[in-house]
Amino acid sequence: MNINKADIPEIAPTFRFQWEEVQDCYVVLYPEGMVKLSGSAGEIMKRINGEHSVDTIIKDLETTFSENKLEDDVIKFLEVAYDTGWIRNKK
Amino acid sequence: MTPAGLETKSDLKPPLWLLAELTYRCPLQCPYCSNPLEIAKYQNELSTEDWVRVMQQARKMGAAQIGFSGGEPLVRPDLEELVQEARHLGYYTNLITSGVGMDEARIKRLKDAGLDHIQISFQASDEELNNFLGGTKTFQHKKEMARLVKAYEYPMVLNIVIHRKNIDQIRDILEMTVELDADYVELASTQYYGWSRINVDQLLPTREQLARAEIVAKEYQERMKGKSRIIYVIPDYFENRPKPCMNGWGAIFLTIAPDGTALPCHEAGQLPIDFPNVKEVSVEEAWKDSPGFNHFRGFEWMKEPCRSCDEKEKDFGGCRCQAFMMTGDAANTDPVCDKSPKHQELLDDVERIEKLAAQEAAHQVEAKPLVFRNMKNSKQIVKEAADV
Repeated sequence: MNINKADIPEIAPTFRFQWEEVQDCYVVLYPEGMVKLSGSAGEIMKRINGEHSVDTIIKDLETTFSENKLEDDVIKFLEVAYDTGWIRNKK
Repeated sequence: MTPAGLETKSDLKPPLWLLAELTYRCPLQCPYCSNPLEIAKYQNELSTEDWVRVMQQARKMGAAQIGFSGGEPLVRPDLEELVQEARHLGYYTNLITSGVGMDEARIKRLKDAGLDHIQISFQASDEELNNFLGGTKTFQHKKEMARLVKAYEYPMVLNIVIHRKNIDQIRDILEMTVELDADYVELASTQYYGWSRINVDQLLPTREQLARAEIVAKEYQERMKGKSRIIYVIPDYFENRPKPCMNGWGAIFLTIAPDGTALPCHEAGQLPIDFPNVKEVSVEEAWKDSPGFNHFRGFEWMKEPCRSCDEKEKDFGGCRCQAFMMTGDAANTDPVCDKSPKHQELLDDVERIEKLAAQEAAHQVEAKPLVFRNMKNSKQIVKEAADV
């Protein structure tokens, strides 16, 4: 999947992303299954809402965590998230 | 944190999965149903309020997935209300249904209530066999419902229970799932519990059939990569190591039977163990403190060859119910394991059934009729058990 920084991702309707208090992490839920996300994956997913572009998400993360080279890591995670079907581009 | 390997009660993890068996009433009569043979005894179903309380308590502990199952959960008129409450509590909500009792209005109402996923079961890929196995005319309706599930943007999981009577149609079954655009396909080999256990002579596939089916399943797994996830597991009777049943007893699964009995798995009701009822205790008490849930936790209960086995942490000695059904003692090693002293008996039984299948195929013997899962047959079975 080739990611364009102008793409606007959204959580696919067949998956659900939410905070799980007892697990103390963000999770992705799908039919009869659950994936626990790492802290950084959770921070990326949390910004995916069908409004923010990939570029906006990267910049926001860089500002929030005072880091400036997050692009590669974010793109790498988004590739996985597109491939597994958790997210799709807003039409 | 405690040192690795040290099990204390405070390490006990919460249930992740709540299986809500809302009812054992069902319009179908599948002879491989995993419900207990004694379905006729479960007349007192939990009320809406009971279910809401159970869902709240389990969610608070950490359960993230809820499966509304049965019997046929659509039989309950309060299903939408329960789905809405479950979704509101933050569960991922799964409906496990035959599709019978569903129509477009209800699919829409369930979507509005927040239902996340509908799993529809098919008995076979052709109308005649599907209807014969289900004991009712439902095939076209199921296909129609599967299309609607897709139209309403639910993830579509198709579940087809595989056994000797339909395994040779596996290519047609997979073609049907392609046509219906399924996201997930579960080719679920019949597991021999409940009704399927009394029909095992008629349902167990032969090794030859399994080998042929596996080739086709692999072909479709390859072909549908990225579009549809196809899961195919062979019956454990043909394995040498047991399944890690329920990921361990009382580890992540919590089943609530229609009458409120809390169980570590939906088959465990057949064991000679007392299980708590959520009408009398909270979900937390049932999970943490009841003798039933603690019965096979950890490794202390194990007998040989499990006790000294270096694989015990991998498969927990297999399935307690299978051990009970085949050896009379639920603490024994699951006879699927070739280290079990009873493994040879299982092999002999499989061989006997394969011979029977060959004789039937050659019309040397007439196939025994299947015992269909319905209240009439259940009452008869309960009565016969009482007479013994």
